This record gives sequence, structure tokens and C-alpha cells, in this order.
Amino acid sequence: MRAVGIILAGGNNHRMKELSNKRAIAAMPVAGNYRSIDFSLSNMANSNIQKVAVLTQYNARSLNEHLSSSKWWDFGRKQGGLYLFTPTVTIDNSFWYRGTADAIYQNLDFLKRCHEPYVIIASGDGVYKIDYNKVLEYHIEKKADITIVCKELPASEDVSRFGVIKMNEECRIEEFEEKPMASSYSTVSAGIYVIRRRQLIEMVERCAQEDRHDFVKDILIRYKNLKRIYGYKTKEYWSNIATVESYYKTNMDFLKPEVRNYFFRQHPDIYSKVDDLPPAKYNPGGEVKNSLVSSGCIINGYVENSVLFKKVFVSENCVIKNSIILNDVYLGDNTHIENCIVESRDTIRANSYHVGEEGIKVVIEKNERYVI
Amino acid sequence: MIKKEMIAMLLAGGQGSRLGVLTSEVAKPAVAFGGKYRIIDFPLSNCINSGVDTVGVLTQYQPLRLNTHIGIGIPWDLDRNIGGVTVLPPYEKSGNSEWYTGTANAIFQNLTYMETYNPEYVLILSGDHIYKMDYEVMLDFHKASNADVSIAVMPVPMEEASRFGVVITDEKNRITEFQEKPEQPKSNLASMGIYIFSWKVLKEALIKLQDQVNCDFGKHIIPYCHDEGDKLVAYEYNGYWKDVGTLGSYWEANMELIDIIPEFNLYEEFWKIYTSSEFLPPQYVSADAKISKSIIADGTEIYGEVYSSVIGAGVTIGKGSVIRDSIIMKGAKIGEGVNMYKGIVAENTEISNNVEIGVGEEKENHYKPDVYSFGVVTIGEDSYIPPNVKIGKNTAINGITVPEDYPNGILDSGETLIKAGDKS
Repeated sequence: MRAVGIILAGGNNHRMKELSNKRAIAAMPVAGNYRSIDFSLSNMANSNIQKVAVLTQYNARSLNEHLSSSKWWDFGRKQGGLYLFTPTVTIDNSFWYRGTADAIYQNLDFLKRCHEPYVIIASGDGVYKIDYNKVLEYHIEKKADITIVCKELPASEDVSRFGVIKMNEECRIEEFEEKPMASSYSTVSAGIYVIRRRQLIEMVERCAQEDRHDFVKDILIRYKNLKRIYGYKTKEYWSNIATVESYYKTNMDFLKPEVRNYFFRQHPDIYSKVDDLPPAKYNPGGEVKNSLVSSGCIINGYVENSVLFKKVFVSENCVIKNSIILNDVYLGDNTHIENCIVESRDTIRANSYHVGEEGIKVVIEKNERYVI
Repeated sequence: MIKKEMIAMLLAGGQGSRLGVLTSEVAKPAVAFGGKYRIIDFPLSNCINSGVDTVGVLTQYQPLRLNTHIGIGIPWDLDRNIGGVTVLPPYEKSGNSEWYTGTANAIFQNLTYMETYNPEYVLILSGDHIYKMDYEVMLDFHKASNADVSIAVMPVPMEEASRFGVVITDEKNRITEFQEKPEQPKSNLASMGIYIFSWKVLKEALIKLQDQVNCDFGKHIIPYCHDEGDKLVAYEYNGYWKDVGTLGSYWEANMELIDIIPEFNLYEEFWKIYTSSEFLPPQYVSADAKISKSIIADGTEIYGEVYSSVIGAGVTIGKGSVIRDSIIMKGAKIGEGVNMYKGIVAENTEISNNVEIGVGEEKENHYKPDVYSFGVVTIGEDSYIPPNVKIGKNTAINGITVPEDYPNGILDSGETLIKAGDKS
């Protein structure tokens, strides 16, 4: 592959509510056994990209832990590999990353030392499968300066958290509205870009000179009339998890057979860090309906339309409905959970009652667990 | 200079013919166990959990699956700069080339491998037991007893002792006598096939007995050391240990995992069992499914009913199927309306719709009554069972079968249908 990869995984936003209190969005657990960044990272590995830089900033530890070994994505290589860049203080810079373009600028040495002619930029909060080679071929064919992967959303969907795109019939981008309150268009940017490496270096350097820091506002939008920016429409599944509602919905999408088949059974696979947990155990009295259950779970209660992440313990007479229970949660006897997301490593005491009345409730109890 | 205090030699070359069609294409240590594991994962995980980071795995019979599984040892953290896991197959020599002819002969042929690590002690393990043991504690015992050879033993019921190699000890655990599968056992301490040798003693014995035909630890090396006056001690172990050498004990050991608090607990944090996981996705349980008293591995799709069973990774169980008291290994596909009782279904086998397995009266197997008993139906890997057939008890099937193979749609109890693999 003639490209290096950059995954932007530093961001945080208030739309994740308490879920991003202790972790980066890219480190959010997704679909039982994965974390959000696994999708972009596996796509890079599966597209034969050999060198990937992950730019992290907010709650970086959660992500560093997950990426502590690059072997799970097959990046433990002599040539290339996985690079983790958190902001550092240097002789000429003492800022945090002030934006996506600034994050790239602060690590420009990495890009300058590469020899690959192209760069694939992706975000760490997308759930999708894509062959970046196809996007690159399209990019070359269109003689584009920048190619943006985009997805047509149903007209009913709120686009106010996306970059909204209008393309002409050749797919050249004519308008780009960043997070508009309302828009007459429904095609949004997936936050995946292809650009020539020299071009990117030049644009980012110029940006920095003008004290501008954002890749979308200060590069894409400002250059759109000057440079040839094209959209690459994907028809496959793509979802961004960066709000509580979309996070919930994305996980629930995996209860659909076609989504599971697409991600779990069709080539290529998505990889993740291996946790060495035993198979899930169903004891007498347990009942599970239309749910995903991950390894290490022990089930003694009732679970319906839910996603249980790794190592969840469901005690007797529990009722779990329409909920997401994150990793390593212990649910005490007779607990009732409905329309909730239960934060990882929590211990829910016996007889607790949590129901999301209007929308999804995020449950964080932070109880101590006493292990005998 | 390279120096490892203790290295392990893991004997994994045996066929395990008493597992019947399960080992027609893989060595016994590579047979799936407990949903997501293979038998060899237990001794390998014990090694790394005990701080033994240099393991030679001796392979001979059908090694492909084993080689693929072990790879460079990543799942067990046995990918090391120095040491780690090394697969040791038999090899051609300029002089007399031979296969591994016995357990000790296999170790003898790898003297050079062991010498590379300059060890003080060598741990001899076999790849066909399910247990958790801290070999470091056994080594401490070996050192404290000032022993030349330590043999791990466990007390078994007196009436079963005649199935094992039995050791007789004095009050200080020193071994005074052996009996190999005795009719009148003098003790109930059974050898577990786990030995720690002081390196010098092992090396001397292996060289001395190099011309012994089918040189074996239990039959030749240990008696030799005893006769030489070396100090042999018994290390008594009282945890869970299971030889899964027969279909009955293999089935039983799997079934013991599904108890509410199993005697052999995979869920303990401090002694994890590692394996190479090919399947990562979570399992899906449909709205019509019913599951009770079972363990189910990753990536499965359950649309039917599963009771008291062990289901491997990536298995699909179709709508309306009822699986009871069975073991289904990785990647198998069970169609709709299948009824299964006491089945062992090996990897990637496909069972079509409305097949009934484990029906009728129990009859002795005609072909190999000592292998296919316990009322179990054993189906080898990559097999295919056509729709609407009935299969009786104590039966074995291996390979792609067609409706014509089932007279009147039935394979009677005690029948065998082998169309693939070495005819085992």
C-alpha cells in the first residue's frame, strides 16, 4: 500500500455524557468484544497499510492500554508499525493539540520522514469496514487533491453533528457545511480522507503559520474552491458512535443478522486485543432472548434485546431489557435494568432499579466490589 | 550466556487412538476442549503461569493443527527472545534416523535442544491432561527434598489404582517401589506423568539407555534411576486432574465444566488458561433460543435449544434444534430441527436439518467396542450428515456421508461409518 495511516483519536465531546469521563471515545467498547478504534485500525491492517500513527490526547491512558501491544492488529513489524502520539512539550511548542490540523502539525516530522506518497486519515469513532485501496484508486482516478469518504444518511436523521456535503454530478464537492443546525443535504463526511502526503504537509504548515488548527474548517472548507476535493460515497454500513444515542443504536444494530454477518462473518475480519476469557456460562434459571453475549459472562437471570460486553455477571432474578452492559459489570440479585447503558467495572447492588424513561439512561454507581 | 533454571519438555506426539475419529486428523493434544480451548492449552498455560518460559513441544502424529495452534507462542506469552516455545518434530540424522519410538526416546533425540539452555532441571509433561498445577511449587519441593527425580502423584480410589502406574513411598515421600497397572495395587498414589529431573541425572540416564527399544519414562528411565540409587520422591497433588484419553473421560471432563461451581473452574483470574482465539465476535442468542447449564464460546449463533452442553466458537445451531448433553466443536453447523443427545461433534462438521442423533437402544459398537462406548455418538471433523437421518448410540461417523449410507435413513446403534481420514 502506498499510504501511511493517521487515526485521529484525541477528541472528546459533551454528547457522550458521562461515558467519556474516563475514556477516549476511540476506546469506547463496541459490539461486545471490540473497541471503537479497532474498526479503523483493522481496516488499515486489512488494506495493507504498514505504518499507522494514532493521535491521542483526551483520556489517552484508556487508549494506550488498549494499544499497548500492536500485535493484535498485526502491526508488530520491523517495517512500519503502530505509533502512538500524545502531545509533548518541546523546545518550540508547549500546547496541547489545539485541533486536528494542529495535531498533525505537531507530529509533522513523522510525515516528513515517511516515503509513502499518500496519507489516509481516519477517525477513531467510526464503525465500518472499508478497503482504503479502493478509495485511493478513486482518488487517483479523479485526480483529486483530497478525497472524503461520505455516507448518505436517511433524510430524517439529524446531521447537526456532521460535516454536510453537496457534490456535483462528478462527485466534486461544491459545498461543505460543518455541523449545521439544519441542512438541505443529507450526505455527510465519514471523517475519512485521502490526500497526497506532500500536499498535506504543505497545507498543514500553511495552516500553522496562520494560527489555524482545524482540518475541516481551516483546510477542507477554505480550500474547497481552490483544490479538487471529491466525495467517495460508501453504500456499506457506517456509523459514528460519538453521542450516547448513536452509541446505543450502533450497538443495537449488531442484533440484526445482516449487520453481524457483514462484520463478523464476511472477510475481512475486525481484530481486537485478546482478553483470554473463558466461554460464556449459562446457569439454570438464566434466560437470554435476542441478545449479544460476550466471553466471560455468567448468566443467572433474564436478558432481552441487550448487548452484554465481556465478563458481565448477571445474578438470579435480574431483568435486563433493551440495555447495554459494559465490560466487567456485576449485577446483584433482583436488579432491574431497562433502556440503560451501565458503565464498565461497576457493581450494581442487589434490588437496584434503573429504567431510562426518556431516552437512554447512563448508569454509573461506582460501588466498591468485595471479592472473596 | 544462556541459562534457564528449568525448561519443560511437552510430549505431544501421540495419536490418542482411544479418542477414535476425533484424532483421525489431529494429534490428541490438539483436540478441542471446553468450548474454546485445545487440550495442550492446559499444560502450556501452566508453564507460563509457573514461570517456565522455555518449552519444547515434541510432535509426531498429525502435527499440522498443533503447529498452527502453537505458532510462535503468542497466546501464552511464550514468544521470547531467549527460550519461548519450540516445536520439535523428529528429524533425519546422518546416521540412524528414526521416528520418536517412545517418550524417553523422543526426549533423547532432543538432547541438543535441552543443552542449549544449560538447565538445572527439566520438567517432563504430557499434552493430554486437564489440570492446573504450579510447577514452581513442585520444583521447590524437588529442591527441598534434595531429589534427583520428582514424580507428581495423586491419590485415586483404590479400586481405580490398577489403571495407573502406582508408586509406593516411605513416610518421607521417597519412592521405594513401582507398579505399572498392577492387579493388586499396594498404594493408591497414581503417577500423573509429570516429572522433574535434575538435568545431570536425566542426561546420564538418556545416554545410558539410548539403545533401549521404545525407551519410555515409566517403563525404563524411572526404574533405571531407581536401580542406580538416585533419590526419587513423590510430589502429592490434590487438585483437579483428568486424563482425557478416552471418549468417556473426554465427554465427562467437558460436562464437569458446566456445573454451577465447577470443580475445575475456568473463571479464576489468578490462573488463566490461554489459547489462540480465532473467533472474536460475541455470541448471538435469538428470541426463540433456550440455553441452560451450558458454556458457549465466542462467535456462535444460537437459534435453537441447548441444555447441559459445551458449544465451541463459531458454531451455528439452527431453529427448532434441541441439543442435550453434547459437545460441539468450533465452526460446526447444526441445521434446523436437529435432535441431539450425547453427541460429540468435531470441528467444521455440518449436520443437516431434522437429523436425530443418539436415538434408540444402546448396543455395543461392532468395530471398536473399547473406543466407541459410553452411549456417545462421535462425529469426526469436516464431516457431513445428510438431512432426515437417524443415528443410534455408540456410533462413529467420519467424512462426507450421503443418504445411501443410512439404510432406511438409520445408522443403528453400534454401527460405524468411516469415509475419511486414516481408518481409525
